[in-house]
Amino acid sequence: MYNFDFEKPSTIADAVAALAADEAQALGGGQTLIPTLKQRLASPSKLVSLTGIAEMKGVCKNDDGSLSIGGATNHATVASEAAAAYPALAALAANIGDPAVRNRGTIGGSVANNDPAACYPSAVLASGATVVTNAREIAADDYFQGMFTTALDEGEIITSVRFPVPQAANYQKFEQPASRFAMVGVFVAKYADGVRVAVTGASEEGVFRWSEAEAALSANFSADAIDGLSVSADGMINDLHGSGAYRAHLVKVMTKRAVAAC
Amino acid sequence: MPKDSGIGASSKRREDIRFLTGTGQYTDDINVHGQAHVYFLRSDIAHGKINKIDTAAASAMPGVVRIFTGADFEGIGGLPCGWQVTDRFGEVMKEPAHPVLAQGKVRHVGDPICAVVADTLEQAKDAAEAIELDITELPAVVDMKKALAAGSAKVHDDLADNLCYDWGFVEDNRDAVDQAIKNAAHVTTLELVNNRLVANPMEPRVAVGDYNRANDESTLYTTSQNPHVIRLLMGAFVLGIPEHKLRVVAPDVGGGFGTKIFHYAEEAFCTFAARQINRAVKWTSSRSEAFMSDAHGRDHVTKIELALDADNNFTAVRTETYANMGAYLSTFASSVPTWLHGTLMAGNYKTPLIYVNVKAVFTNTVPVDAYRGAGRPEATFQLERVIDKAARELGVDPIALRRQNFITQFPYATPVALEYDTGDYEATMAKLEEIADLSGFEARRKASEAKGKLRGLGVNCYIEACGIAPSNLVGQLGARAGLYDAATVRVNATGSISVMVGAHSHGQGHETAFPQVVAEMLGIDESMIDIVHGDSSKIPFGMGTYGSRSIAVCGSAMVRATEKIINKAKKIASHLLEASEADIELKGGQFSVKGTDKSCAWGDVTLAAYVPHNYPLEDIEPGLEETAFYDPANFTYPSGAYACEVEVDPDTGKVTVERFSAADDFGNVINPMIVTGQVHGGIGQGIGQALLENCAYDENGQLLSASYMDYAMPRASDVPFYAVDHSCQTPCTHNPLGVKGCGEAGAIGSPPAVVNAVIDALQSGGHTHVTHIDMPVSPSRVWAAMNG
Repeated sequence: MYNFDFEKPSTIADAVAALAADEAQALGGGQTLIPTLKQRLASPSKLVSLTGIAEMKGVCKNDDGSLSIGGATNHATVASEAAAAYPALAALAANIGDPAVRNRGTIGGSVANNDPAACYPSAVLASGATVVTNAREIAADDYFQGMFTTALDEGEIITSVRFPVPQAANYQKFEQPASRFAMVGVFVAKYADGVRVAVTGASEEGVFRWSEAEAALSANFSADAIDGLSVSADGMINDLHGSGAYRAHLVKVMTKRAVAAC
Repeated sequence: MPKDSGIGASSKRREDIRFLTGTGQYTDDINVHGQAHVYFLRSDIAHGKINKIDTAAASAMPGVVRIFTGADFEGIGGLPCGWQVTDRFGEVMKEPAHPVLAQGKVRHVGDPICAVVADTLEQAKDAAEAIELDITELPAVVDMKKALAAGSAKVHDDLADNLCYDWGFVEDNRDAVDQAIKNAAHVTTLELVNNRLVANPMEPRVAVGDYNRANDESTLYTTSQNPHVIRLLMGAFVLGIPEHKLRVVAPDVGGGFGTKIFHYAEEAFCTFAARQINRAVKWTSSRSEAFMSDAHGRDHVTKIELALDADNNFTAVRTETYANMGAYLSTFASSVPTWLHGTLMAGNYKTPLIYVNVKAVFTNTVPVDAYRGAGRPEATFQLERVIDKAARELGVDPIALRRQNFITQFPYATPVALEYDTGDYEATMAKLEEIADLSGFEARRKASEAKGKLRGLGVNCYIEACGIAPSNLVGQLGARAGLYDAATVRVNATGSISVMVGAHSHGQGHETAFPQVVAEMLGIDESMIDIVHGDSSKIPFGMGTYGSRSIAVCGSAMVRATEKIINKAKKIASHLLEASEADIELKGGQFSVKGTDKSCAWGDVTLAAYVPHNYPLEDIEPGLEETAFYDPANFTYPSGAYACEVEVDPDTGKVTVERFSAADDFGNVINPMIVTGQVHGGIGQGIGQALLENCAYDENGQLLSASYMDYAMPRASDVPFYAVDHSCQTPCTHNPLGVKGCGEAGAIGSPPAVVNAVIDALQSGGHTHVTHIDMPVSPSRVWAAMNG
């Protein structure tokens, strides 16, 4: 690891100021960034830890019924504190990595990194959630812009993510055998105005919505409703662990299972 | 009634107290005053010509002591191979140079180019980034069959091609086997890959080289399974340091699995560099380095044919295997696909004619060598898979087909040079049927089907050759070392005992099991006995631990030394008791005179040996310390029968192991609990190979599975609770304990059971076109096979 300066501010304003420095980098739980630094694959001038900012931590229910989760809230906290309000989201958080990862990694870090195999982006996109930053609010549909790419500007901090709570939801993850990241993860969320289906792990473009399934499920919310649909293997990840065709197949299988489990 | 001490007792592992409380002393825990740290700059390409290495700027960086390159090792020996294989035509194998640091070319991703020695590791890494390398990338040799095709790039320019050897065994049987296959009523053919694995011991490799200018003594602390082998290879063949000036210490070692047998470049470098800079040099492998520098395992591509007569008797087996050596010959690489593989092709069956052909191939990949089982899993897998395939083709029960062809008379001379001394394959199969509840399988299959899952049952047998090995025999076969072992039993004045053993314990539980044997023989408490191992300055010249040899070979040496102790102690006791030596009996730690009430205690005799006031000094020397060397008369032949039940999710192809049962015959058992643990660990690794682990390279020789993000290790949730039994015991006939060894059995016996079960599940689900899936049987491969 190369040398860097380290700051741990206690307010969002101080964090924003600290991140104004050249080559400064925000640090959430560090579950991706620290291994990257240890392998000397990144050389920030300064790390700005966000985990000391009290106003960015915790889970709370808003007046409109939506659920806000602070950007610096770790997965274990979401798993326990969101369990009553949004059980599918809590279950997703409870199955990220291992206990060490869940007690360090944060939702803000995961959503900002937008790893194509991460779990959280599927929940954010399927829930039509709002990514709240120090500067603005970004709708999930506008936020995810491809593998490791988001709408965030340089130095912009995810302070919270606001989830409309669905009538029913479920997340099904088919794990990559080695990393246990999602080889294919499908989050299905049913709202009064329709069903949203978001897929992670499968596409070279990162998390995406399966609109044909959404239309079919909005008309008939049952696993059988998507029997006639299929997902194209074009643009699917093809690697050591499975072909694009296999991933495309799994998208349908996991979607059906998620619907059946709702 | 289970015993509570001595041979046969499940004594708790005394070493676990320190392992589980963080007080073990591993090599990385050793820090020598003033030590420097080395960072190896390794090749990031598979194959390239080194044009120039410019270390000038890097050498001037803060903290840098010295930067070494291959040029510093000119005139110094390369890493030796410990086994010379002779090919089908009587020619010896090709043995290219294996320099400590790359000379002229880099030959695999991870090949060390420069060694940067600095005050701190971070300084060494900083300096390594300032080294200017001018390397021309060359086409990579990755696929073994392409490597042997005309016009292939060559890994070693001084060789005619990429072939290390073309071995035939038994060459004289070649035509007879061809004829038998031609005339057979039925021939089953199977082509398969035995997947390349990374051993992944929990503790990565570490080396600390130290040098004492005052007495010209070098010390190497290293993560090794066999410190004396390292002293021999490194001292005599690489660095030219005589034994009395070279001490090799392997302290607590956190798992070996074969990959810590070998002499590695980093060990030689740290020892060499310490002498050059007159300062200790330390290297600790990162996990990333381990993936590209620890010797890998397996990596065979095989075609096997099994011939049967009209009554389903096996008449011949013919195999052709391509065995990947990687870029250089690791210490025992050449022996694994030959003498540890071809000789096992009879398995548990009375096949009269066998011919094994092995082409060993150099490629631009990490060297491949022994990994838990070493050649025997590869033999077992192909044989037990082809038998299963034959049973399916013939429409007969796979267990019945095996039974029909079992060897039943012992001793049995196989057509591939081994003589099995004992065994009872029917007994282990019958035991397996009982513990695996095979009669309940159909009901369990129906229950799985009701859940939408396909259930399969896979059964197989195995035999292995352990207790490696008779020195005169292996010498004839090309081994460049003896494979005896040694033990010194040092009885102290108050009766406590230190046993210095050549075997090395890196998880096997020797510190518990070995004292059980001595305690049994002397009738004293186990707690009075300690094992000393792992330090060439403390122990006799033994050959270390691999090939399930420790208790069978070193344990036998320990028995012989203890017998010498008993003989001398009886002489002393006869003097103290004023009786004839012939009348002295040793029982329960008491010496007594037959037919009298006269006795003296173990401690009286041991004290007399060191305080010889009342002592027969005219007849015997004072002291009570004896050494024995033991060279086995034959291999030992553990065997068994394994059963696996899997469920396959037809929607995703995911396989889960629902039940796993193992009935083993290890001969006599010293500590049943430790044996059970060894079998558990072995099965875990076998399931890992069968379902998860895959060391993969792309066509450019880049390692695709270079970390745990892509290399899938088995985890607790990947394996079921095992049913393990070792009550079937046909004791070894040629060692004093009647033991056979148990360290590798689980890893040898389990992969075919898993794959047989998956094929059975798919067949039961109507996927009758699926007759084989290569390991690892991953969800995507199962799905592709089902939909192929």
